[in-house]
Amino acid sequence: MAMDAGEIERLIKEGIPDAQVTIRDLAGDGNHYAATVLAPSFAGKSRVQQHQLVYNALKGNMGGVLHALALQTGTP
Amino acid sequence: MGIEQFIDNEVKSNDVVLFMKGTPQFPQCGFSGQVVQILDHLGVPYKGLNVLESADLRDGIKAYSNWPTIPQLYIKGEFVGGCDIVREMFQAGELQQTLKEKGVAVAAGA
Repeated sequence: MAMDAGEIERLIKEGIPDAQVTIRDLAGDGNHYAATVLAPSFAGKSRVQQHQLVYNALKGNMGGVLHALALQTGTP
Repeated sequence: MGIEQFIDNEVKSNDVVLFMKGTPQFPQCGFSGQVVQILDHLGVPYKGLNVLESADLRDGIKAYSNWPTIPQLYIKGEFVGGCDIVREMFQAGELQQTLKEKGVAVAAGA
C-alpha cells in the first residue's frame, strides 16, 4: 500500500486551496516523502495546527497508508 | 482506568513525556530515535512510553492529540509536536526556550 506524490499534492490542495505544495520522494517506495506546504491561510497558526491541517487534508491516510511524511509548513 | 485517563494522567503528572516506538534505551523507529537524541543532548529528564506495548495506547494517543503519528512529545501537559516539529524547534533554539519558560531544567551549554 503506498501513495504517489501527485495524489498527496492533490489531497493537500483540495483541503488547503491556497497551498503551494512541493513533494520529494525520500525512498522511492511510495511510503516516505518530504513535503513543504506554504499557505497564506497558515498565518497566525502554530506549527502543530499547520501540520494538523495538512494531516486532515490527507483524510486519514497519514500514519496508515502513508507511513512517513516529513513536513515543513509556513506562509509564503 | 480507560486509556484516555491513563494518557491524561501520564501527561499531567510528568514534566516531559515522550510517546514513542521502543524505549529511550532502544528506540525502534528512526523518528522516535531522533527525538530521544535531542532530549538526551539537552539533558532533559523525561518519561518514555512505548506505544508498541499496547495497541490501545498506540491508537489512544493519536485520538488524544488528534495527531496521526508517533512519536509525540508533551511538555507540562501540552502537546508540542512530532519528530519534524521537535527537530525544527530544536534547530531554532525554540525547544530550549519552551523548556526554560515552562521551568524544565536543561543541561548547561545545551
